[in-house]
Amino acid sequence: MAISDVKEYAHLGEEEVDQLGRELDAIRAEIEESRNAEDAAYINRMIKVQRGLAAAGRIAMIAGAHSKQARRPALVAGTAMLGLAKILENMEIGHNVMHGQWDWMNDPEIHSSNWEWDTAQPAEQWKHSHNYIHHQFTNVLGHDNDIGYGVLRMAREQKWHPVNLGQPVYNALLASLFQWGVALHDLDIERIRKGEKDPTEMKRQLRQILRKGRNQILKDYVVYPALSGKQWKSTMKANATANLARNLWSYMIIFCGHFPDGALHFTEEELEDETRSEWYLRQMLGSANFEGGRTLHILSGSLGYQIEHHLFPDLPSNRYPEIAVKVRALCDKYDIPYTTGPLHRQYGQALRTIMKLSVPNSWTSSDQPEPPTPPADRHRKSDAERPSRRPELGGWSRSPRERSHD
Amino acid sequence: MAASSTISWDRVRRAGSKLTTPLHPDDYLRLVNPLWTSRELRGWVEKVVKETEDAATLVIRPGWGWHWDHRPGQYIGIGIQVDGKFQWRSYSVSSPTRQKGRTIAITVRAMPEGLLSSHLVNGLEPGTIVRLAAPEGDFTLPDPPPERMLFLVGGSGVTPVMSMLRTLDRRGTMPDVVMHYSSPTVDRMIFRDELLRLEEKHEGLRLHQLHTDVEGILDLADLGEICPDWKDRETWACGPAPMLDAIAGHYDELGLEDQLHLERFTLDLGGDGGEGGKLTFRNSGKEIEVDGATTILEAGERARVGMPYGCRMGICHTCTVTLVSGTIRDLRNGDEFGQPNEPVQTCVTAAVGDCTLDI
Repeated sequence: MAISDVKEYAHLGEEEVDQLGRELDAIRAEIEESRNAEDAAYINRMIKVQRGLAAAGRIAMIAGAHSKQARRPALVAGTAMLGLAKILENMEIGHNVMHGQWDWMNDPEIHSSNWEWDTAQPAEQWKHSHNYIHHQFTNVLGHDNDIGYGVLRMAREQKWHPVNLGQPVYNALLASLFQWGVALHDLDIERIRKGEKDPTEMKRQLRQILRKGRNQILKDYVVYPALSGKQWKSTMKANATANLARNLWSYMIIFCGHFPDGALHFTEEELEDETRSEWYLRQMLGSANFEGGRTLHILSGSLGYQIEHHLFPDLPSNRYPEIAVKVRALCDKYDIPYTTGPLHRQYGQALRTIMKLSVPNSWTSSDQPEPPTPPADRHRKSDAERPSRRPELGGWSRSPRERSHD
Repeated sequence: MAASSTISWDRVRRAGSKLTTPLHPDDYLRLVNPLWTSRELRGWVEKVVKETEDAATLVIRPGWGWHWDHRPGQYIGIGIQVDGKFQWRSYSVSSPTRQKGRTIAITVRAMPEGLLSSHLVNGLEPGTIVRLAAPEGDFTLPDPPPERMLFLVGGSGVTPVMSMLRTLDRRGTMPDVVMHYSSPTVDRMIFRDELLRLEEKHEGLRLHQLHTDVEGILDLADLGEICPDWKDRETWACGPAPMLDAIAGHYDELGLEDQLHLERFTLDLGGDGGEGGKLTFRNSGKEIEVDGATTILEAGERARVGMPYGCRMGICHTCTVTLVSGTIRDLRNGDEFGQPNEPVQTCVTAAVGDCTLDI
């Protein structure tokens, strides 16, 4: 069932929800006041490791290309290091820096306003589609474009169409071409198709995407292969493999955030007069964590703490583990579900939903705790139809580089 | 090194960015050597030289991107990470200017309440990497220098004057200079030994010392005794605010303000204020009504917007945000800015009517 009132669903009174909000605000305040040199050292170390891996990976490939004996092992090691570097950059570094998690350091080199990440989507568009649209309207049908990314049917409330029969194929394509799917996300192809998109804005965005995408492609498929001489083909393949690995991994992690069973959807009515505390509650009910060791969490950009991330998108990711202990205690106290499980189970549930929803609702049973509300038309909102942005989701500014191209 | 080789090195790095996009080659190179980047100016603290009980000179080797164009008397910004957060202050350069130098020096006195200055004097280890902001300031030595000069210096105000004297000494162009130097005691006089040496070396340089703990502060009525022709000299004054206020008043009274140069180490927002208005912080969804004396930065902080800031005195440009619409006025000089989407410094500007900011 898509929920129209989070208080009612959680069986909490207004008083209790407000109290919950105050307790969450207190957790935020405590972290904000205790951010220190160790946190700064964490992100700087992460950046150092990531850039080291990227450089080592590239060098290994080029060196391997010019040495017959070491060719194969160098290529394998280089691909692995490059893939790992891309994953770290996109997940634990780029995504989190762009949320403003490290803005408090007052370091222009690690700041949401000018970070550009190693993927096809321009940072500015990501900060709009993700920080604002997805984080503010999380799992609200018709508002959150991340429910299926305009490609997949991910809620029973979304009307079925014969096109959805192809979902297993679209899903596989989305997973392997994930960075390009993300690149086109903020462009909003649906609005373009309907002729609702402002043409100047569309052109500006397209120019951004083309410029960024061109540089990314040149780097991985022209410049580095050229440096490998006769072995250009294997370097090209290695780079494609690293990109593919990053695509598949980030796709899987992201699909574990809001699509496992227990992560609920909401109707538009929930947004009416929603208080800050109710927004908190919606984030807790709409997100799903997964369990794992420290390495898995870092490689996932700390999105295994999706619930904590959605409550506090701009607090440093290395503090999510300690925040999670407190949030979990609050969930117990207020009897709010806290959705979590091993990675394979969470992704398995998401995948099963993709398969099931490729066919009409009547053919399958629902896996959510309550029956669905009647299907509604999908319609993507424009910014003019939305409330203004909440500050804690992370800034949205045009980078200086982008400004100069306006 | 010839200029052409510098340019080609820049070109190499620009070509290298095809390999490192979306990052710059410097983002990788600085991990090999922290000075190999020009993205944010950096410096390596080579030495910390104790000058007095509470003052020290930091000798800093700047990294790539430093232009070696500072004029004697100017100050630079220095940013250090305290508890993970960069804090910025400005200090006069005390070393002489060089076309192609290796190090610059700033001299810092630890202020009783100044956490950062105490840290710089007592806590900074050689080898630390600091951030730097390019030299600024109009309190400078003209080239060529005037034939007769007067320096009125109090306490740590000696630092910009020291850079001027050292430059004159190095160039061998020391004109007729009288320097008055007030300090509470002999021990607290920064650069005393060097000044005495310079006085001995240069016939034109005369030093007048005043130890205010025993002799009391400088009475400007006595200026004629210290320097009979003071009214005919171009004057540079640097020191504590009350001293500078008195000097400025004295020169004003006699109509001599045109020959006085002042260096204040506090922000003078004495210019005309704005008219105030409603500030809208577009991305944070916050609004606040402000008067014309409140800076945009303070207003944003009051509205709980996460405003970036650095030196808070218009030097380092860390606080720059985009002014989407409206007009603001620079409180230092009355300049107005109001081009659409203009990047503006928030720490020294106030609203002239309603404004919208992109933060």
